[in-house]
Amino acid sequence: MLNRTTFSEKSFDSINVIFLTFLMIITIYPIVYVAFASISDAGALMGHKGILWRPLGFSLDAYTNVFRNPMILKGYGNTFFVVLVGLFFNIVLTAFGAYALSRKSLAYRKPLLLFIVFTMFFSGGLIPLYLTVKGVGLVDSLWALIIPQAINTFNLILMKTAFEAIPDALEESAKIDGANDFVILFRIILPLSMPVIAVMLLYYGVSHWNSWFNAMIFLQDRSLYPLQLVLREVLLQGEASSNLGASDGASAMLSVTLKYATIIVATVPILLVYPFLQKYFVKGALIGAIKG
Amino acid sequence: MNTISPETVMPFIPKKRSRLGILIDIRKNKLLYVMLCPVLLYYVIFHYGPMYGAIIAFKDFSPRLGIWGSDWVGFEHFQAFFTGPYFWRTIKNTILISFYQLLFGFPAPIVLALLLNEVRHALFKRTVQTITYMPHFISLVVICGIIKDFTVSDGVMNDIIVFFGGERTTFLLEPSFFRSVYVTSGVWQHIGWGTIIFLAALTGIDQEQYEAAKIDGAGRWKQMTNVTLPGLMPTIIILLILEVGRMMNIGFEKIILLYNPGTYETADVISSYVYRVGLQDFNYSFSSAVGLFNSVINFILLICSNWLSRKFNDTSLW
Repeated sequence: MLNRTTFSEKSFDSINVIFLTFLMIITIYPIVYVAFASISDAGALMGHKGILWRPLGFSLDAYTNVFRNPMILKGYGNTFFVVLVGLFFNIVLTAFGAYALSRKSLAYRKPLLLFIVFTMFFSGGLIPLYLTVKGVGLVDSLWALIIPQAINTFNLILMKTAFEAIPDALEESAKIDGANDFVILFRIILPLSMPVIAVMLLYYGVSHWNSWFNAMIFLQDRSLYPLQLVLREVLLQGEASSNLGASDGASAMLSVTLKYATIIVATVPILLVYPFLQKYFVKGALIGAIKG
Repeated sequence: MNTISPETVMPFIPKKRSRLGILIDIRKNKLLYVMLCPVLLYYVIFHYGPMYGAIIAFKDFSPRLGIWGSDWVGFEHFQAFFTGPYFWRTIKNTILISFYQLLFGFPAPIVLALLLNEVRHALFKRTVQTITYMPHFISLVVICGIIKDFTVSDGVMNDIIVFFGGERTTFLLEPSFFRSVYVTSGVWQHIGWGTIIFLAALTGIDQEQYEAAKIDGAGRWKQMTNVTLPGLMPTIIILLILEVGRMMNIGFEKIILLYNPGTYETADVISSYVYRVGLQDFNYSFSSAVGLFNSVINFILLICSNWLSRKFNDTSLW
């Protein structure tokens, strides 16, 4: 055991704990502030100055309004569609690529991998991508948020590394039993790779849930807007009152709390999922980091 | 390793790769190629397609004539960018923002990892980790919304500044504050997440070195500077080199969410300029030229930094 009796060591420990506690407070406070503000009484919040220590009054009006708002509900629906359908494509295609490229019997796997990895380092740029997506006819469809993001090369490499760690003997015995590559992938490799699948679900899921830029450039039809794009209007373009149908005085006041309720509603799903997947994504981040 | 070599499975395949090699490989691994089909198709269309499309940087692209039908103009658009009024401004902003990010954002997770490593109380350590990872998962739109809300003149930041006797500033409307807001919020969002890799590297340090240091009379601080930090050095160096390789690759999403015409002077980077000129002003060819210039610089930087990393660290991306 460490000898921790000296004064300097004790003071080092206390300063460290104080500093880290301070850091936690700074990190969590903005989120707590938003949570407090969202359940505060709109009038009280407007008149308030300075740090918020607790909710000012209590009112769930903002939340009722969020869930009554067609734009936000539609956004929620669109985001769910993109996340669910997107994840399906992400997992299947990434697994296909990762599995094929992890097989040693594939003679051309090095050049094929290079062909794929090269895209991490060089890209045609934003405008050519836009023209491509437009050329394929995906503009103004939710598929524009799914198909062009079907595979993330970094994730593919991460998955390939995980597949390579599975002992070859398993595959061989399956082959002897007459299993083909699809059977091996779905019945043996994927069930054995649950940690990496969890990482994939989280990484891809978070990126779909949080993405707004592609929606902004590829979608003109407002009824297709995902949640983050609606949020952008509410939070950053100050269109809360006009877009959310709060035109009269009382509702304009409500829009102050509405903003915060919308943030909570858009963020809670992620914050609920991530602690459960934490042990996996730390592992995933490491596999990824080692591979570059 | 006891893998079945191709020879044992199919002895009739000639060992030397013939011109027909790829066809033989396809026949041998039929199903693998079936799986690869959609994957390669995706890369061809959505990655190599835009690379081909980037030739519009050398053309006067008109949607009516298409990529191939438009007229060649050579390096005209590049020249226009290099001699235009925004060349130095966007280059300067790109480099400065990346540089500040490197200066403050890079060491922050290292320091946090070192401090976390000194925490003896496991539950406290986990709590700090869980909480500091959290902002990494919050969407950029929400983060920027919170930044805006906190930094407006009657926002929380200003209330705190006034409490300490300062004056109110609307940070996002002041060009002089843009970079600070950008970099600080970035550190806030990613400091915890960044510690993961360093904490992992820390577990790889030989415990006997600590024993030896203690016998030599080193206190906690000395152990940290003489054992822990040198142990982290390889990881630090490779990440630093990679980070330098990404210097010019600064993302435009956060910039676009936070900037406004009043702060373009310090906020507009190459990628946000590409977005504005291309997708807001529909100046496709010019914007593609700027984007291509950026891609090429990125690529060169990455090659160089990878070369450096291989030289010093014996580790590289390829």
